[in-house]
Amino acid sequence: MTDPLLRPKRKNPVLATRMPTLPPGARSRAALGLTAAAAEGRFALQACADCGALQYPPREACHRCLGARLRWRTQDGAGTLLAETTLHHSNDLFFRERLPWRLGMVRLDAGPTVVAHLHGDVRGAGTRLQVGARLDRAGQAVLVALPEKETPNMSDDPQLREMTCDPKFRKVLVTDAKTALGQAVVHALVAAGADIVWAGHAEPWKRLPGFDGLAALPQVTPVPLDLTDSRSVVELAGEIGGKVDIVVNTAEHHRAAGIGARVAVETARNEMDINYFGLLRLAQAFGPALRARAADGPAGACAWVNLLSIYALANFPSHGTFSASKAAALSLAQCLRAEMRPAGVRVVNLFPGPIDDAWNQLTPPPKVAPEQLAKAVVGALRDGVEDVYPGDVAQEWLERWRDNPKALEREIGG
Amino acid sequence: MTRRLGYDDVVLAAPVTVPYVRYAIRAGHWFVARALAMLLDRSGLHKAQVDGACISSFTLMPDSAIGLMQHIGLTPRWLDWLPLGGASGVAGLRRAARAVQAGDADVVACIAADTNHVDSFRLTLSNFSMFARDAVYPYGAGGPNASFAFLTDHYMRTYGATREDFGKLCVAQRENAQHNPVALFRGKRLTLADYLQARPIAEPLRLFDCVMPCAGADAFLVMRAGRARDLGLPHVRLLGTIERHNGFPDDPIQFRGGWAMDCDDLYAQAGVSPREVDLFQPYDDYPVITMMQIEDLGFCAKGEGPAFVRANTFTWNGSFPLNTSGGQLSAGQAGCAGGYIGLVETIRQLTGEAGGRQVPDAKVGLVSGFGMINFDRGLASGAALLGHAD
Repeated sequence: MTDPLLRPKRKNPVLATRMPTLPPGARSRAALGLTAAAAEGRFALQACADCGALQYPPREACHRCLGARLRWRTQDGAGTLLAETTLHHSNDLFFRERLPWRLGMVRLDAGPTVVAHLHGDVRGAGTRLQVGARLDRAGQAVLVALPEKETPNMSDDPQLREMTCDPKFRKVLVTDAKTALGQAVVHALVAAGADIVWAGHAEPWKRLPGFDGLAALPQVTPVPLDLTDSRSVVELAGEIGGKVDIVVNTAEHHRAAGIGARVAVETARNEMDINYFGLLRLAQAFGPALRARAADGPAGACAWVNLLSIYALANFPSHGTFSASKAAALSLAQCLRAEMRPAGVRVVNLFPGPIDDAWNQLTPPPKVAPEQLAKAVVGALRDGVEDVYPGDVAQEWLERWRDNPKALEREIGG
Repeated sequence: MTRRLGYDDVVLAAPVTVPYVRYAIRAGHWFVARALAMLLDRSGLHKAQVDGACISSFTLMPDSAIGLMQHIGLTPRWLDWLPLGGASGVAGLRRAARAVQAGDADVVACIAADTNHVDSFRLTLSNFSMFARDAVYPYGAGGPNASFAFLTDHYMRTYGATREDFGKLCVAQRENAQHNPVALFRGKRLTLADYLQARPIAEPLRLFDCVMPCAGADAFLVMRAGRARDLGLPHVRLLGTIERHNGFPDDPIQFRGGWAMDCDDLYAQAGVSPREVDLFQPYDDYPVITMMQIEDLGFCAKGEGPAFVRANTFTWNGSFPLNTSGGQLSAGQAGCAGGYIGLVETIRQLTGEAGGRQVPDAKVGLVSGFGMINFDRGLASGAALLGHAD
């Protein structure tokens, strides 16, 4: 059984903040296929399209028939522990700071033998277990051998916690907590054990239903934050930037319009001002402190979550300007990801389909309930996932887009 | 399979060792040059008379053996480049012997040399192989310690080997090293208690299970017996050899090496049996692999390694002399020279030049090599049987 994580002690201000280090991040191009699947929470192995052989580690050819058509096939990960070790010495700084470290050699039922990080609740050769892929702090896929069935406090395993961004005992800023989605995210984070949730709200004079009750929760502190106002963002960063462990950017501006429906650019500009420039302002103000605190104890800074949209992948003309602003935000999020990676801070992008809110009133179902989306945010943080496509519409669009982006463009364009 | 040719009168001579040091600020080239100088000094040959070279090293980057020839001013008509780690020695010997036999070269200098800077080992590990970089190093960066910890854990559970069994091998080799003037651990005694209580490195491995990387070189010459006699060089005959790569790829975890595929062929080519072997120099970066070689090279059946260990002493003057120079565990692992240390020691033993650790009446010696933990197991294996010249 995993010892439950205890609330980290207050930081001793006399001690230096530990600088972030990363586990070894170099990979071959072939191995990045594992990372691509792990970014979505899947464990995949190379399968030969010609002879069906599965293989690991990733290769440039099928080890059996030498076929070149290798496909990544999702695995259930069931396997048996062949051997284990506990490292008390490492040649790498990241692990040296985290010793002892347990590893296992696992025989997958599917065939290949793999080396994996070993969860504390998997003990003894012959034990049945579950191999999954996670992104480590370097942002690269690694395999973890987990208990076959959920064990008490399983997610508190110190090795696993190095690969996830569990909100438990962490301090989180939700940039817009007033909307139905924002409120749902705050509630979900509180339920997940977040230490403090700063609930951002622009225009404090506007009273929205539910927000007062939310603000009354002991973990929740409302803070003024207007992403269209650089000064507001900088001021809040000055106040709490050194304490925030996770930023969840829920702020968005959304009006249903394409190009011809309006004669001016004000609506589109407002969308860009929050959805794109808002993210930029936020990242410039909060990014540096987050990076600096990425190894600050067992509940240090670890993640940045962006609310994007599945329309970021392909423009949905009846929400055309909104789609464009989300595409811009996606591109910026990739830049942010590259800049946060050297510190080990994960950038999680959510690509929901239409959210069941006022701005999608005329969109036919299915729509993603705010609570469902909030659950996806917490789930992504806990599971160490980087890209999330919550809801049926998002999943379907993703599949169509991956299959043939041009076909999707024509289908949507009607 | 085609019946293999024997090695006729091909011999090995002039074993030299550039003394091992824990760290060196010199490049790998320095150790190659020193080894070649020692070979010439020992044999009385002029540089131009060495017309073949076989080079093994991990630390000549960005050079290969070709650039090295200009560096050390050698103009061979035959050159091989075999950075095969622990399999370098046997593999190099096999190629050099055939070159001499075929007349492609008259005298081949076989040299394994590596330097070791303070940070070399970490840098080598992080980029050792594609599979290591993708699928091993990101997992704790334990290097070979972690890989051998898995194999040891599995072997102990499967065949009932104990820490004391592995300790006995390590202690015996340390005893042997006390009579080897160039062993890094000469003068540092090791008791079984020291071994058992050492600090853990990668459980079940503790400190004295793990080989110590160092800098140094080992080398010898391959030529025909007549040439060796003309030069007045004591020499040994090459009786038989084997080599295998990626053996038993379907074993889920390594419990045997490629030797087990080729063991019968080895003794058949040499025309000797395991009982006739007077001393054994197995590759020994970790004691578990020594135990596997005892099994896989025919001294006992698979799984009987622990009983065999309990029944022998392994010291130079005891039963079943093993790694009589101290082996890598007590002399140090000088990169690719780790694949040569058993060869130069066997030449010394069979020519009566092993000084205070001389095995009495040694006629036949077995040397084995093991190399390259690419992912989950060592991939290369080789062995050679050497015989007294008379």
